[in-house]
Amino acid sequence: MLKAQIKVLLKKSVLDPQGQAVEKSLSSLGYHNINHVRIGKYLEVTLEETDRAAAEAQVREMCARLLTNPVIEDYTFELVEVEQ
Amino acid sequence: MKFGVVVFPGSNCDLDAYHMIQDVLQQPVEYLWHQEEKIAGFDCLILPGGFSYGDYLRCGAIARFSPVMKSVVDFARQGGLVIGICNGFQILVEAGLLPGALYRNTCLQFRCQDTYLKVENYDTPFTRAIPRERVLKIPIAHGEGNYYVDPETLQQLKKNGQIIFRYATAEGEVTPAANPNGSVENIAGVCNERKNVLGMMPHPERAGEPALGSADGKLIFTSILKYWEGCRS
Repeated sequence: MLKAQIKVLLKKSVLDPQGQAVEKSLSSLGYHNINHVRIGKYLEVTLEETDRAAAEAQVREMCARLLTNPVIEDYTFELVEVEQ
Repeated sequence: MKFGVVVFPGSNCDLDAYHMIQDVLQQPVEYLWHQEEKIAGFDCLILPGGFSYGDYLRCGAIARFSPVMKSVVDFARQGGLVIGICNGFQILVEAGLLPGALYRNTCLQFRCQDTYLKVENYDTPFTRAIPRERVLKIPIAHGEGNYYVDPETLQQLKKNGQIIFRYATAEGEVTPAANPNGSVENIAGVCNERKNVLGMMPHPERAGEPALGSADGKLIFTSILKYWEGCRS
């Protein structure tokens, strides 16, 4: 089986209010070298699939249709082998 | 004129919308459960506010794949009137019936308050009965009503008159301070290009009678009724 490890982040052009709040919070804790914080989502999707190309195509399709909103979000993913 | 109020698991303004149509507008109305695949005989569909599917993944992301939504999309594509309020607006953008996206308020707070809306286009089925220059007092209640649209699409919206409401002061001035959620250019409601689908974050169904603090919301439903009557005469 293959597991897709999908990371979803707001696009660079979209303001991330949560990231900004955390950035300020880190700064108030004394971490003055923080340049930028972005907060996103991490999804794991396990597929009963052995063919990597097929799995990759399916993950892209699922991201486009449901898992992400292409208007405001970007995503990256990796496929890793997992035991049944 | 027959209205349908779509009910998703987690909708919580469906009763308010029903009350607005039945008791305030005094028109026939029926609930439509999200599993209905065929809908017929309706003149206007309302997607109410709430937290459909618990807002899991993204607000509206799962509801848009409800069985009823295929019929809602077909109805809208045929020119049928659809109004999405709050979560209903989120569902309409997720379904691609309206441009843009709605995400976390910049203040990070859930905002439950009255807002004042400047009407930007009176030439739509949803706004034609609103007196000119009238600033509408209609409440919001949301945590994810921050409207985002990319700059190119924003220009298109302006060109086509698709921006319908903007958050403003009580005097109708569109200012940064009057923006409760960080929406691009204070946008509170938009239409599709054909102007038969409206999405708005404020709740007109909660502001239809003076006893509720404002009757301005009724003007939107009166507009819909007038438009429909105009089409038939």
